[in-house]
Amino acid sequence: MPVGGSVLLLEKVLLSGNEAIARGAFEAGARLVAAYPGTPSTEIAEMAATFKEMYTEWSPNEKVALEVAGGAALAGAWSLAAMKHVGVNVASDPLMTMAYMEIEGALVLVSADDPGMWSSQNEQDNRYWARFAKIPMLEPSDSQEAKELTVEAFKLSHEFHCPVLIRTTTRLAHTRCPVTLQDRVTVPQGPGPGEKLTLIPERTVMIPANAKRRHPVVERRLEALAASADKSPFNRIENPDGPGPAFITSGIPYAYVKEAFPESPVLKLGFSYPLPMGLVREFVAGRKEVCVIEELDPLVETELRAAGLAVTGKDRLSKIDEYSTTMLQKAFGLPTPPVRTPVPGLPPRPPLLCAGCPHRGVLYALALQKAVVLGDIGCYTLGVMKPLDTVHSCTCMGASIGHGHGMEKALGPKVTSKVVAMIGDSTFFHSGMTPLLGVAYNNGSSKVVIVDNRTTAMTGHQGNPGSGFDARGNPTKQTDLVALVKALGIDDVTVIDPYDLKTTRAVVKRVMESDAPAVIISRRECALLRTALRRPPAVADKETCTACGICMKLGCPALYKVGGKTQVDVTLCNGCTMCVQVCPSGAIKEGETQ
Amino acid sequence: MLVGVGGQGVVLASNLLARAFLEAGYYVKQSEIHGMAQRGGSVTSFVRRGGSAGETVHAPGIDPGQADALLAFEKLEAVRFANCLEPGGLLVSSQQEIIPTTVSALGTPYPESLDKLLDETGANVFLVDVMDIARKCGNPRVVNVALVGALAVHLEMKTDIWERAIKATVPRALEANLAAFRMGMDAAHKD
Repeated sequence: MPVGGSVLLLEKVLLSGNEAIARGAFEAGARLVAAYPGTPSTEIAEMAATFKEMYTEWSPNEKVALEVAGGAALAGAWSLAAMKHVGVNVASDPLMTMAYMEIEGALVLVSADDPGMWSSQNEQDNRYWARFAKIPMLEPSDSQEAKELTVEAFKLSHEFHCPVLIRTTTRLAHTRCPVTLQDRVTVPQGPGPGEKLTLIPERTVMIPANAKRRHPVVERRLEALAASADKSPFNRIENPDGPGPAFITSGIPYAYVKEAFPESPVLKLGFSYPLPMGLVREFVAGRKEVCVIEELDPLVETELRAAGLAVTGKDRLSKIDEYSTTMLQKAFGLPTPPVRTPVPGLPPRPPLLCAGCPHRGVLYALALQKAVVLGDIGCYTLGVMKPLDTVHSCTCMGASIGHGHGMEKALGPKVTSKVVAMIGDSTFFHSGMTPLLGVAYNNGSSKVVIVDNRTTAMTGHQGNPGSGFDARGNPTKQTDLVALVKALGIDDVTVIDPYDLKTTRAVVKRVMESDAPAVIISRRECALLRTALRRPPAVADKETCTACGICMKLGCPALYKVGGKTQVDVTLCNGCTMCVQVCPSGAIKEGETQ
Repeated sequence: MLVGVGGQGVVLASNLLARAFLEAGYYVKQSEIHGMAQRGGSVTSFVRRGGSAGETVHAPGIDPGQADALLAFEKLEAVRFANCLEPGGLLVSSQQEIIPTTVSALGTPYPESLDKLLDETGANVFLVDVMDIARKCGNPRVVNVALVGALAVHLEMKTDIWERAIKATVPRALEANLAAFRMGMDAAHKD
C-alpha cells in the first residue's frame, strides 16, 4: 500500500477503490476518519491512517465511528466514517437523526456493499439508506472516480449541511486502477486555538420542538439537492445518438454496460440520489427503450416508473448477486463466447481455520461435549464446516449471546444446557458487552466463550480495544477483558490457553455443567500474527501411525494422509501441538528445535 | 487470471503483474476477492490491461471462457479454473499440489491424474517446478514471483520493466525475488 502524503503529484498510481477514497479524503482536506473494520471497507481507514494530517481511529463499532465523525462535523471539521454495508445498520441510529442536524463542517459516510456476498451475511442494498435518511448519495465506478467523488462528497456535505453517503461495492472497493494524485487543500474547519466552540441548539439539539422545525428543512434540502444533481458533472450522457437500447446506470454496473454495449447511449449517474429528474427526462425523451441497470433492488427503476417514465430493468435482470458483462449480453440476447463445462467431481476447497488456529482447540473441546455453539461474526464461525461441525448460528455482530439467552429463557436452562455462545474479542467489544450485561441482569445462566486472539483477524489484523495498539500501530490502553466481564456481572470467568487441550476440555466440561452464567476467555494470538508463537513443525511417524483418523477430526490443513497414514505439511504447521495431544498412539510428536 | 490457495501470494503476484503493465504504459485493472476467501480456500484474482494505445478497461473481472492466460499457483486449482480460459488459452501452472482438507479429513476422492485432466482442457499448458526454484533461492516466499517469471516469457515486455515492477512490489527480499523471477523465466523456456 502506498504510504500517505509523500507522492509525486499528477503521478498515476494504482489504487484500490478503498485506497482512492482515503486519498480523496486527504486531498479534500479532511481532518478525521473513524471506522470499524469490515470487508470490503477495511482498507479505507488503513490507508487513511498513513496520512499524518488525518486523525484516524478504529472505533469500537460503526455506531461509535459515525458518532465520532459526526461530532467532529458538528464542530466544523471535515470528517469521514467508513464501514461495510451491515455496519450502516449499526450506525443507523445516529445517521437518521444527524440527517436532521445542521452539519457545520462536512460529514461523509462510506458504505461498502457486497453484492454476491463474498464475505457477508446478507446482500442488503444500502442505496435504501440514502432514501431512508433523505441524504445525498454518490456512487463511483472506478478508483479515479472514487477519489473525485469523495472530494465532491465533502463539498456537498459542507454546502448543504447534511451527511453525504458514498455507496460502493466489493468490485469497486477491491479493484486497483490508475489514479492521478493531487495535492491536499487546506479548508478552514471549526474554531482554532483560543476561539470559542459554538453549537446552536436549534440546529444541534434534536428535542421534538427543534426536530419538528428541522424536518421541513430536510425535505426542502432534498429538492435543492435534486436540482444540484441535475447540474452535477458526475451525471452525464454518453453516446446520445448511439444505437440499440439506452441505459441508465451507476457504480460498477456502468463498467459492465460499457463493455457489453460500448456504442449505446448511457446516462451515467455518479450523483445518484436524489435522482437528477431533469436530466433523466431529457435522456428518456424520444427513446424507444431505456433500461435501468442496477445490481440488487430496482430502486431507480421503481422511482422512474413512479414518475411516469416507461423504463425497464428487472424484467430482464436479477435482484440477486452481482452482475457481469456476460450477464448483460445474455439478458439482451447478444452472443457470448462458449464456455467449457468445469471439470466435474473435483474436491472443493472451502475456506477453513488456518493451521495452528487457536480457535480450533476450543471448538474441538466444544464438539467433544456435543455443544450447540451459537457463532458470531469472525473466523471461528468456520467451525460450521466439517469435521468440527459445531457452530449452529451466525447472525450479526454480538448476536450469539442474545440468541443463547433468549433460547434459555424461552425453553428453560435444562433444554439449553448444551448451548454455548462463541464470540471473538473484537466482536465482543463491538456488540457483545451489552447482551452479556443483559444475561447478568436478567438472571440468565448463559455460557459464553470469548475467543481472544488479540486482534481483529478476519478482516486482516486490525487493532481493537483489547489489542494494545491503535489504528496507526501506536501503543495504547489495553482493555482488561477479565475485569470487564466481571464488571458486567459475570462471576465465573476462566482464562484458558486453547493450545492446552486437556485444560481446555476440562474447563469447557465444568462450565457447561454449571448452573451459573460463565465466561471462558480462550486466549492465544492469531496464528497469522507476526508475534504469534511458532514452534518447530510436528513430526508424524508412518510406522507408529495406526490410521485411526482421530487427528483428522481437528480439521487442520497441515495434516494430510498418505496411504491412510497421517503426514504433516511442514510449510503450514506452526507447531501448535494439538495433533500431538490428540494422537492416541504417540505417532505424532513435537518437532525438535534445531 | 491468477488462481491459487489462500496464503500462497496470489494477490502479491497480481500486484506485480499489474504494476508491470502500468510501467509498460498500459491502462490496467486488477481485482481480487478477499475476506472469508483468504482462509486456506480457493483464491482468484484478475489482471486486465488495455490496448497499446492507452485504451481503458471497464469491467474489473474476466468472465468465464474469456481469459487469455491462467496463472495457477496450485495444480488442482489450475484444473478447477481452466474453463475460465478462452479456447486454447495459455495455462502456466505450478507443479505443486496442496491436498484440500475435504480430501484428507472428509475422504472426498482426489483425481487420479491432474496432468491428464490438464491435457484434456485443450489449453496451452506449461508446468513449472517453482518449489525447486524456491529451494535454490533458499526462500519459500519467492514462489509467486518465480511463477510470474514463467508467465512473463509469454508477455513480450522488456526485462527492465519487470525489474522496476519487482522493485516496486517486493522491495524487501529484492535480490532473491529477482533471481526467482529469472529462474521462473528460464524454467518456462525449457518446456
